[in-house]
Amino acid sequence: MGELIDYQLRVNGRERDVADAWLGESLLYVLRERLGLPGSKNACEQGECGSCSVLMDGKLVCSCMVLAAGAVGCDIVTVEGLSAGEDDLSDIQAAFLAEGGVQCGFCTPGFVVSVHDLLEHNPDPTELEVREAVSGNLCRCTGYGRILAAVQAAQETRRA
Amino acid sequence: MSTALVTRRGRLGESTPRPDGVPKVRGEFAFSSDMSAEGMLWGHILRSPHPAAVIHGIDVSEALRIPGVRAVLTSDDVPGRKTYGLDYPDQPVFAWDIVRFMGEPVAAVAADHPDTARRAAKAIIVNYAPTEPMTDPVTAADAEPIHPLGNVLHRQRVRTGDPDATGAVVVEGRYETAMQDQAQMGPESGLAIPGEDGSVDLYIATQWLHIDQEQMAACLALPLEKVRLHLAGVGGSFGAREDLSMQVQICLLALRTGRPVKMVYSREESFLGHVHRHPAVMWYRHHADAEGRLVKVEARIILDGGAYLSTSTAVTMNAACMAPGPYRVENAVVEAVAVRTNNPPCGAMRGFGSVQACFAHEAQMDKLAAALGIDPVELRLRNVLKSGDSLITGQVLRGTAPVAEVIRTCAAARLPAGGPTTAAELELPGGAGRTADRNRVRRGVGFAVSVKNLMYGGGFDDYSSARCRLEDGVATITCAAVEVGQGFVTLAQQIAREVLGVTEVILAPPGTADIGSAGSTSASRQTWMSGGAVQKACLAVRERLFTSVASGHGVARESLEILDGRIVSLDRELDLPISEASPGEVLEETVEFHHAPTAELDADGQGDAFVSFAFAAHRAVVDVDLDLGLVRVVEIATSQDVGRVLNPVQLVGQLEGGIAQGVGLAVMEEIVLDHGRVRNPSFTDYVIPTALDMPPVHIAALIEEAEPGSPMGAKGAGEPPMISSVAAVVAAIRNATGLELPRAPVRPQDIALAGSGPGPATGSSPINVEVSP
Repeated sequence: MGELIDYQLRVNGRERDVADAWLGESLLYVLRERLGLPGSKNACEQGECGSCSVLMDGKLVCSCMVLAAGAVGCDIVTVEGLSAGEDDLSDIQAAFLAEGGVQCGFCTPGFVVSVHDLLEHNPDPTELEVREAVSGNLCRCTGYGRILAAVQAAQETRRA
Repeated sequence: MSTALVTRRGRLGESTPRPDGVPKVRGEFAFSSDMSAEGMLWGHILRSPHPAAVIHGIDVSEALRIPGVRAVLTSDDVPGRKTYGLDYPDQPVFAWDIVRFMGEPVAAVAADHPDTARRAAKAIIVNYAPTEPMTDPVTAADAEPIHPLGNVLHRQRVRTGDPDATGAVVVEGRYETAMQDQAQMGPESGLAIPGEDGSVDLYIATQWLHIDQEQMAACLALPLEKVRLHLAGVGGSFGAREDLSMQVQICLLALRTGRPVKMVYSREESFLGHVHRHPAVMWYRHHADAEGRLVKVEARIILDGGAYLSTSTAVTMNAACMAPGPYRVENAVVEAVAVRTNNPPCGAMRGFGSVQACFAHEAQMDKLAAALGIDPVELRLRNVLKSGDSLITGQVLRGTAPVAEVIRTCAAARLPAGGPTTAAELELPGGAGRTADRNRVRRGVGFAVSVKNLMYGGGFDDYSSARCRLEDGVATITCAAVEVGQGFVTLAQQIAREVLGVTEVILAPPGTADIGSAGSTSASRQTWMSGGAVQKACLAVRERLFTSVASGHGVARESLEILDGRIVSLDRELDLPISEASPGEVLEETVEFHHAPTAELDADGQGDAFVSFAFAAHRAVVDVDLDLGLVRVVEIATSQDVGRVLNPVQLVGQLEGGIAQGVGLAVMEEIVLDHGRVRNPSFTDYVIPTALDMPPVHIAALIEEAEPGSPMGAKGAGEPPMISSVAAVVAAIRNATGLELPRAPVRPQDIALAGSGPGPATGSSPINVEVSP
């Protein structure tokens, strides 16, 4: 297994201890299996599907492609950190729910993070810009139609 | 492990939100890969790198010496039956003497870290003697048997009318469809927890808990009640979870180590570890009269079943029976054969035999239209099945069959505006960064129609079980129907609210210990079957409630009804909220719902084998780059026969999602095989449509004609969107290019290099073979 190390990660605003961890573990693995944050999903673990999307210092990354130990010192925001409180949904989460953007839901957290990032940087994208922005997130259930409708609904809410 | 789901709105016909939607958007929904338990180990399966090999020995001693490794198991450690299978147990839990496909399990490891388990699996020394794989489905039936049961998995003949009938016009063709992967986002995963009495609890993503339980109990040599399955969150299925994946192996590891064991497939393992859609080679010959009316359809269909049986029998039956498509024809000679090869096993995927047949029968209808100079839509309308017509199996269509309506409404949809000359860069075939010359991009339009049988048939007694419990105005529904994303959880609540007038409906977590089988979440059957069971249970509880209220209040039972959440008498003398109707009383009913009986097909493929059919039409518009062979699907228009709309937004989701998988098979999805080796087991190399590939879907019409026998009038809607969408897209590419394109998916070289080399067909089989007598 090689050397086991201890380090801290700042996730959703909190310092979290990671103890006795193998250096080779991905950020996705550490979030899911060591920090109790399974919202980031493991659909491909090679950076193709976007289901593990998180924000690292405000930048959208696939957490499966980031070494956890290399994320020390970064601000990490996962899907669990996007809504204000326990009974609260972000506007984007609410739109996914209302518009039917969720079926099996496995890709949903990654999409939600990705769309948060998109609307943060481009509050009023065209449909083509939305399609391009989320083209790194694979969904097998919806054919994307209701997901695009959800993004549009979230845009309209923000515009209002 | 699962949380009970509660929401408070929504009756039938409304776009009720999913009860599991909030945890899903928050990332809190517990999928099968999200679970953990105290003292948990990680399991990993060692798989054969060879498609065909003899095993001369397995040495696990090195693996066992690795610190952290707790168990290494092989076939010798399977206490019960060493094979499993949905129809017949021909597939080994672990290969012990012969390996028949690349990815076949050989051993399994449990260790305290997933990477330790992977390293330990690599340290197992398997002494393989690779043999020449037998991978050509066309010659497989006559090849040296690669399994004691032989190479023919199932043969289905369907003959009706005069086999010598001829028509004024004859068209024929050879068609192929490739091996498609379900590519469900959630990889196979589970958590097995051993009990102190030698029993085991398995939390698993599957499509049918009770059939898994039966197969597992036989392999584990345990009585059924000691193998308890609990549904964990399912990240999509589409057929991939119909067969067992890790169920037996993970339980063996848990029972051996006495500790909980979790296993999560990597994407590569997922590609290797579940069945795929059968690739097909199909020879068709259509005879028609001068007006374009079908006289005879001849078809020979070979389906590559891969190494083991899985559901090949039923897929073959579907392909044969649906061979002509949704058209009336009095004479037919059809034979479909599923064969065993050293390719990966094939089984269930959305569309299940109809996808392949549709690709061929729709290409034939276009050929016939061209030969006769008749518009392809008009030709189809001249041949549509109607209620009262007979299928080639002799079964008379008793249900609704609005085939003409789906065709007319879909064909009448307005064509999308614009075109390749005005499209944005990103909207050209290949997208930005490719060097498309706009002047060499052609637009094409294609049309296709499909038929799909719904639910299990062929004499199988298909049923679902459900329980309804009403207490203080709160209904609790228990049903083992698997939610894979389709929205059964939403529907179950809608039904309970509709029947009982309650607002709060709790769904108990599905498990084998609590309720009987619900059957499989497949064959577009759960709305009808488990929806029917939930409705029946709720109606039984309502009857008891009415009886109780009638006697308690001295009113006539017949005068009671439920209105806006209240129980009222006809004269409104009695008017109570449901929650106060029978205070302190618990009303509970458990029921089974069976669909109408079906019959086995006879030797000529004749018999009333099916319960109901759904029809769909798709019109595809594509832009094709003639030089680069790239295709952009611009729009899909569709009309579908749905019986009755029960949840509009969920229905739209089924249509759009199914069409996406159809677009995928039409232009990009294929498991590439090289002598039985899977060359692209990753999302890097097996590409599925992204948001940029997927066109807008225009739903031209949802045809609502309530289906007799369906508990709520609805027809299953999951599979039809996948079926004719494939054929429509390829027809559109043919229309744009003038090429024959007899194979799906259409690859860039099939367009760009057409005419510059050997044709796209594999092997050297003659195109014009005799349809076997």
